[in-house]
Amino acid sequence: MFRSSNRAPAIAALTASLFFSTAHDAHAASDDDLKELREQVRQLKDLYEKKINELEARLKQAEQTAGQAKSSATAAQATAEQVAVQASSRTAGEGAFNPGISAILNGVYGNLSQNPTNYRINGFVPTMGEVAPPNRGLSLGESEIAFSANIDRHFRGTLVAALAPEDSVSVEEAHIQTLGLSNGFMLKAGRFFSSVGYQNEIHAHAWDFTDMPLANKVFLGNQLAEDGFQIKWVAPTDLYADVGLEFGRGRKFPGGPDGGRMKNGFGSTNLFAHLGGDWGTGAAWRVGLSHLRTRVHDRAFNDVDSTGTGVTNSIGAASRLWVIDGVLKWAPNGNASNTSFKLQGEYFRRTEDGQLTYDTAAASLGTQSGSYLSKQSGWYLQGVYQFQPEWRLGYRYDRLDSGTTGLGLVVGGALTAADFPIFASYRPTRNTLMLDWSAGEFSRVRLQFARDRARAGIADNQLFLQYIISMGAHGGHKF
Amino acid sequence: MKKIFIVMAGTLAAMMAAASAVAAINVFACEPEWAALATEIGGDRINAYSATTALQDPHRIEARPSLIARVRNADLVVCTGSELEIGWLPILLTQSGNAKVQGGRPGNFEAAQYVSRLEIPKVLDRAMGDIHPGGNPHIQTDPRNIAKVAEALIARLAQIDAPGAESYRSRGKAFLERWQAAIARWEQQAAPLRGLPVVVHHKAWTYLEAWLGLREVATLEPQPGVPPSPSHLAELVEGMRREPAKFIVYSAYNDPKAAGFLSQRTGVPAVLLPFTVGGTESARDLFSLFDDTLSRLLSAAQGKGSK
Repeated sequence: MFRSSNRAPAIAALTASLFFSTAHDAHAASDDDLKELREQVRQLKDLYEKKINELEARLKQAEQTAGQAKSSATAAQATAEQVAVQASSRTAGEGAFNPGISAILNGVYGNLSQNPTNYRINGFVPTMGEVAPPNRGLSLGESEIAFSANIDRHFRGTLVAALAPEDSVSVEEAHIQTLGLSNGFMLKAGRFFSSVGYQNEIHAHAWDFTDMPLANKVFLGNQLAEDGFQIKWVAPTDLYADVGLEFGRGRKFPGGPDGGRMKNGFGSTNLFAHLGGDWGTGAAWRVGLSHLRTRVHDRAFNDVDSTGTGVTNSIGAASRLWVIDGVLKWAPNGNASNTSFKLQGEYFRRTEDGQLTYDTAAASLGTQSGSYLSKQSGWYLQGVYQFQPEWRLGYRYDRLDSGTTGLGLVVGGALTAADFPIFASYRPTRNTLMLDWSAGEFSRVRLQFARDRARAGIADNQLFLQYIISMGAHGGHKF
Repeated sequence: MKKIFIVMAGTLAAMMAAASAVAAINVFACEPEWAALATEIGGDRINAYSATTALQDPHRIEARPSLIARVRNADLVVCTGSELEIGWLPILLTQSGNAKVQGGRPGNFEAAQYVSRLEIPKVLDRAMGDIHPGGNPHIQTDPRNIAKVAEALIARLAQIDAPGAESYRSRGKAFLERWQAAIARWEQQAAPLRGLPVVVHHKAWTYLEAWLGLREVATLEPQPGVPPSPSHLAELVEGMRREPAKFIVYSAYNDPKAAGFLSQRTGVPAVLLPFTVGGTESARDLFSLFDDTLSRLLSAAQGKGSK
């Protein structure tokens, strides 16, 4: 535009002046004069054209330089902006050292054919802990608030507080762990999920099903978090191997009484070891063995004796639990973006040997004591298949075996088995199917259906619709 | 109980003896490009292990036991940083019981610190997808970044393994000379690519685009890290009718279906790029990684891409 509008008047003026001059001279001049004149005009024309071309070229060059200057200015500005952003992406001031904070929210809709308030797992009483399934109808699940950060070059700290829907707050985990120890040693102290089996260490928001396996409910009171310390050592081999030892207060089932005894020393020990590795590029596995020993004091529970009276009984025993766990994860070429599969299973075996006191409150046939011996086992196997991005389908099978509980009071004839209906031998089972959808790593919506035969002779059909979301810091998940 | 302890102690002692017999510097690289770079600089003095392959999405890796075992024995952990490995590396570090490689120690090297990062978001909101507060982490797609990281890595290796410092410096210098010559060659080869419009699967090519002057017009992922949806792909088909691209770029770990679908609908060729060492058969090391990347782009630009 600029160029052509400038050029047009110049050419017009030139043509006009040439026209007038030639028209005027044509009358008087001879042919030679005319020729000379024409030659002059041609020269003049050439000269102007040359000048115009030169001007045009210079103009073009000037424009280019200006353009370059402009683009380099833009680039410089962009760089400056990036530098400013890079500098500002680190927050300054007091807030700079705030720990990673995250919050977990979850809510459940439950539709159960049996009332969850009278939930029990027959043959395995008392389980204590939060073993009942979620409520009927709409309810808020447990919300979690977690803080974690490096404390200094030696320690890392974690606090996870659980806000129960009944408006109570509890400390789920609060521990420090070392960063500074070397040679594969790690020390953890405080309250933490005990490293017994596989599922026990996993936070509720990362579970593959809405609820815990039955075995975890009956042997670990749903999920065991001990107050104590753990020392763990990872072997310097390419095959993953670790061994660890935990000393705990015994503050919860299977220890007890609730809160632990007022006693020096420790109430529980847990010895564990794991092996793990890869199979090709697609599969990774880990197997573990753990042995939890606890001293049970006054594990009180309610039962209805042969006279139909509600009585309170109590157990004091040495409890020894063995757990074998295994997990296998597979994805094509180890790339879980599209499809992946996870297989997980655990086998539990527990022996308890001690004393049982019947009717501690002397409400029925009078307080009596006798020996108590139980050998119980249980297992579950579950598979979760991600069949396309964001969608997973899972199935879990649970099975428990209560074995036969040996009670001195019954064997000796002081009382009968009918006085302890709770110890009647039973094999609970459960089938669970779930489908979940996760739009990214921070949210999940799950539909789960289970047929739970934890109550002797009764099938409980449980349907749950659940959401779980996490906000804030991007915590990673353990294998 | 006592017996178990004795057995444990015995195994421990035996394993420690076995570990001390190995002398080479163990480098744990989060991605194959850093394992390749460490090998270029370290040669036989180091033993480089890559946690991931080119066929894996580095954002989504499980903190597998085998990786914990490798970090436990590492003298140096070399990762991209910029939150690329945030879902798994912190767990490997805390579970490893290895003080040397914890954040802030000389044994912990973050490549992204040594380059100027692009696409640093001004606003952080997860509604915008999987965004990285520290900027786009896929820095290895620009060879000039590799040179910057190489310089820092030479210094770091020399710090960690002082007896080998001279070797790292001379090997590193030789590598950088060859690398700069290669960059000049690549830039010359890539001249015809300047200004070409390109559609990418994931925002994994920002640095390559900045280097070669490619123009990114769309991404197959509706948001970073969100898999391509049918509705988004339909929009792209429509959009590419108005503004056609020269090629659709995806990497070895992306599902090729989305790129294939769009290519079929628009006639724009889909080009698989190696992304990192091992992403294609030809991309065996850092040099062949860029040789292959350019040859794939150039043949797409001349061949089917010319229509």
